[in-house]
Amino acid sequence: MKFTRRNFLKVSATAAGGLVIGFHMPSKAQAEGLASSTEINAWLSIDADNIVSIATPQTEMGQGAFTAVPMMVAEELDVPWENVRHVFADANRHVNNGDLYTTTMTGGSMTVSRRHPYIMQAGASARERLRQAAATRWNVSLDQVVAKQGMLSAGDKQGTYGEFAADAAAVTLEEEPKIKPYGDWWLLGTDVKRLDVALKTNGTAVFPIDVEVPGMVYAAVAACPVPEGKLVSFDFDAIKDMPGVIQAVELKQTKDTPSFTDLRSAVAVVAESWYQAKNALSAMPIVWDFGRGASISYESQTAEALSLLAGTGTVLRDEEGNPGKGIDKGVNQDDVPGLLEAATKLVVGEVYSRPFEAHATMMPPAAVADVKEDRVDIWTFTQDIGRSLHEVADQLGRDTANVHLHQTYLGGGFGGGFNMDVHRQAAAISAAIGKPVKVIRSREEDIAGDSQRPPVWGTYKAALGEDGLPTALMTHFVGEEKMPNFARSSVANMPYLVPNLRHELSIIQNHVPIGYHRAPGANSNGFIIEQMVDELAQAGDWDPLEWRLKLTEGNEPWQRVLLAMKEKSGWTTDMGKGEGMGLAVVESHGTVAGCVATVSVSRRGQIYVDRLQYFLNSGYVINPLNAIEQAESSAIWELSHAMFGGLDLRDGRFVNTNFDSYPMLRMPDTPPVIEVELVNSEDQWWGGLGEPAGPPTPPAIANAIFYATGTRVRTTPFTKAAL
Amino acid sequence: MAISLNINGKDISIDADPQMPLLWAIREKAGLNGTKFGCGIAQCGACMVIVDGAAVRSCNTPVASAVGKAIRTIEGISENNDHPVQVAWQELTVPQCGYCQSGQIMSAVALLERTPNPSDTEIDKSMAGNICRCGTYPRIRAAIHQAAEASKD
Repeated sequence: MKFTRRNFLKVSATAAGGLVIGFHMPSKAQAEGLASSTEINAWLSIDADNIVSIATPQTEMGQGAFTAVPMMVAEELDVPWENVRHVFADANRHVNNGDLYTTTMTGGSMTVSRRHPYIMQAGASARERLRQAAATRWNVSLDQVVAKQGMLSAGDKQGTYGEFAADAAAVTLEEEPKIKPYGDWWLLGTDVKRLDVALKTNGTAVFPIDVEVPGMVYAAVAACPVPEGKLVSFDFDAIKDMPGVIQAVELKQTKDTPSFTDLRSAVAVVAESWYQAKNALSAMPIVWDFGRGASISYESQTAEALSLLAGTGTVLRDEEGNPGKGIDKGVNQDDVPGLLEAATKLVVGEVYSRPFEAHATMMPPAAVADVKEDRVDIWTFTQDIGRSLHEVADQLGRDTANVHLHQTYLGGGFGGGFNMDVHRQAAAISAAIGKPVKVIRSREEDIAGDSQRPPVWGTYKAALGEDGLPTALMTHFVGEEKMPNFARSSVANMPYLVPNLRHELSIIQNHVPIGYHRAPGANSNGFIIEQMVDELAQAGDWDPLEWRLKLTEGNEPWQRVLLAMKEKSGWTTDMGKGEGMGLAVVESHGTVAGCVATVSVSRRGQIYVDRLQYFLNSGYVINPLNAIEQAESSAIWELSHAMFGGLDLRDGRFVNTNFDSYPMLRMPDTPPVIEVELVNSEDQWWGGLGEPAGPPTPPAIANAIFYATGTRVRTTPFTKAAL
Repeated sequence: MAISLNINGKDISIDADPQMPLLWAIREKAGLNGTKFGCGIAQCGACMVIVDGAAVRSCNTPVASAVGKAIRTIEGISENNDHPVQVAWQELTVPQCGYCQSGQIMSAVALLERTPNPSDTEIDKSMAGNICRCGTYPRIRAAIHQAAEASKD
C-alpha cells in the first residue's frame, strides 16, 4: 500500500480537527513545499526545497525520542540537521499496515539502544535509493554517485535530494545497505539540543489535556478508592441540578478479573466545564464494593514479607529464564545453605525495603475522544500509541481502520502510560453521550488508581573467607505477583564474582495495579544490593570501592566506571563527623551507572545531599547532551523518592494521594552540585540512558549517611529515618 | 454570570461561576491552554500565573478575585518566545516533558521582576512552590541566573 505525503498530511490535518501539532510551524513557503513533498519510506519524506520530514513512532515525554529518532535517520540519510523537521508518526497507519514502524512502545530506555538498527536502516535505505535514482538519471555507475549533506553529485553533475526524491521513491534496491558503524558518524555522538524545547517555553506544546474539539464537554471520573473494587450504585438525581451538569455515565469492567487491558469499574460525571464536573462528582453519593483489597495494608504486606523472608524462597535459576551473569553455570547454588551453616565468619543482613511509589506525572492522566458512527478520534496519555489505538477499538467494538489516535506531547511518562485506561474511559463516555469529551483525572484519582511501582523487601546472608571476601552469598527478595520480574532486576544480574551464589525469591499477592516505573526493579533492588555490598566490605575490612573493583575483575564495563570513580570523585570513607561519602553502582537497561554521594547530617538528623557525581557507561551515546540531561533527570527522580516518597496503603486504599501528603523533591532540596560524566567503552553494545542514573542514587546516599553517622537507613524515605 | 477579566493586556468577558478557579476560566473560557492543571490544591505550581505582579496559583484562586486586576499568563510574557527567561530556558535546554514549565517560567519572571539579581537562596525560596517530576531544577537555577545576567545588558 502506497501513501503519498500529500494524502498522509491531509488525513492528519482532518484527524486533528484543524489542530496543528508539530515542532515547526511551517511558513507559507514551507507549507507549500510540504504539500509537494515525496515520501521515500514511512519514516521520511523530502520536499522540493530539500527539507526532510522525519516521522517518530515513539512518544516524546521529555526523554528526547523526537530528537533521537530524527538524528538516527538523518545520520544515515546525510542531510544538514537544520533541514530536518520532525513529524508525529500516524498510529492508524502503523496498526493497519502490519506494524509499519515495528513498534510504537516507548519505554525501558530502548528508543536508541534497541531500535537503532532499523531506524538507521530507514535513513540508509532512503540514501541509497536517492543515489540509485541519480545514477540512472545521469547515466553513470552507482559508485560514482556521492550523497552528502542533502546533495547528490557525480563528477560535474550535481542536484539536491529533493530533485531526486520522486525518482528515489520508485527505486527497488537489490540489496539493503548496512548501517554505519561507530566511528563513521558525523551527527550521532555530537551535542544536539532537543527539537521540542522552544515549544515548551511559551505554552504552545500540546498535551492531551490541551486538545479541543468543537462541541466538547468535560468529564471527571471516580474509580473505587480500593483498587479492584466495583461500582454498586450512584445517585445522579442528587446532583443533576448542579450547575453545568449534563449526565452521569457508568464505566463497566468487561472482564471478571481485573486486567491491564480493560476498563476499570468507575463512574463519570459529564458537565459543561471540568470544574463543574468535578464538583458534582465529589457531591454524588456512590456505593462501592471494595472487594478483596479492603483488608490489605502496607503494614499487613510488610508482616507477610517478613514472614516469607524467615523461610526459604524459590531459587532463581538459568533455566527459568534468568538472564543473570551472576548465576552462570559453574556457580554453585545448591551448596550455599550448607556453606553458610558451616561458615566461620557469617554476616546476616537485616531486612531492607522500598515502599509503593506512584508515577505522579505532572500532567494528570487525560484524554479527549470524539466517537462518531464511522470514525473515532482520540488524543491520550499513552507510551504506546499502537497499543492504545487497539484498546480503543476493543473498547468500542470498532475496526482499527476507523480509529485515529493522534500523538501529542506527554506531560511525563515514566512508565505510567502503559497500564492505563484513560483512553478507554474517554471513548466509552463519548460513545455514551454522543459528544466529544475531555476526561481529566484529579490528582487524587490519578495517584489512588495509578499502576504503582510495587514494594520490595530483601535480605541476605554471607560467609566470609580469610581474605574478608565472601565465599558464599545468598539473597532473598520478596516481590509482587503481577510483575515478579521486578524483584529480579539487578539481583539476578549482579556482577559480583562470588564463588557460591544463590538468589531466592518469594512472592506476595495484593490487589494493587502494578506498572513500569522508570527502572522499578533496579531502583528498589539496587538500594538493597548496594548497601549489602557496603556491609560485606565493612565486615571483611575492605574499602567498599576496592571491594567492588576486586569482585568485578575482568568485567570491563564495570571496571571502567569504578576506576573513574576512584580517580575522579575524591573518594574517601573518612570525611569527619557529620559528613560522609558513599558510592553505589547498578547496571540496568544495559548501562553501568555509578554514583558517588556526599552528604552532611546535622545533629538533629537533618540530611543534606551536598553533591552527586555520576559515571555512566552505556557503550555508545548518540547525543551526549541529552544523555546528561536524562542522567540528571533519572537521578533526581530517585533522589525524590529516597528523600520524600512512599505511598501508604491502609484498608486497601492509598491514603496520600496529592502533593501535600505525597511530597516531591523541590528546588531547595536539590543538591547544589550534580555532575555527570560519560565514561563509555565505545565497544559493541548499546545501553539505554533514560533510567540508569536513578538506581545507584538512594544506596549511594544511604552509604554516605552511614559514613556520616554510623547509622544504616534500610528503607525510604530517609526523612522518616531515625538518625 | 458575566465576569470581566484583563488577561495579557486584553479585556475579555466570560460567563462563569464567580467561585470557578481562575485556572479553568483561563483554560476553558479564555482558551489559553499554556497554564496547566497539576494538583488542584496549590501544591505544585503548574497553574502559576502573575496577578498584579505577584505569582499566584490559579487552581485555587476564585475567578471573581481576579476582576479588575492585570492577569498575565505564559502566552503574555513575549510575542516571539524571547523573554530573557524564555531565551535562557532554551539555551540551557531546561524543559524535558515541559508540562510544569509554564508555571516554572511564570514564577521565575515574577521573581526577576521583584529581585533582578537573585542569589541561589532567593531562587530556591521563590521557586519552592513549583514541582518538576523530570528534575530540571539544576537547569532552572542556572537559567534564572543567566536570565538575570542577560537582563542587565
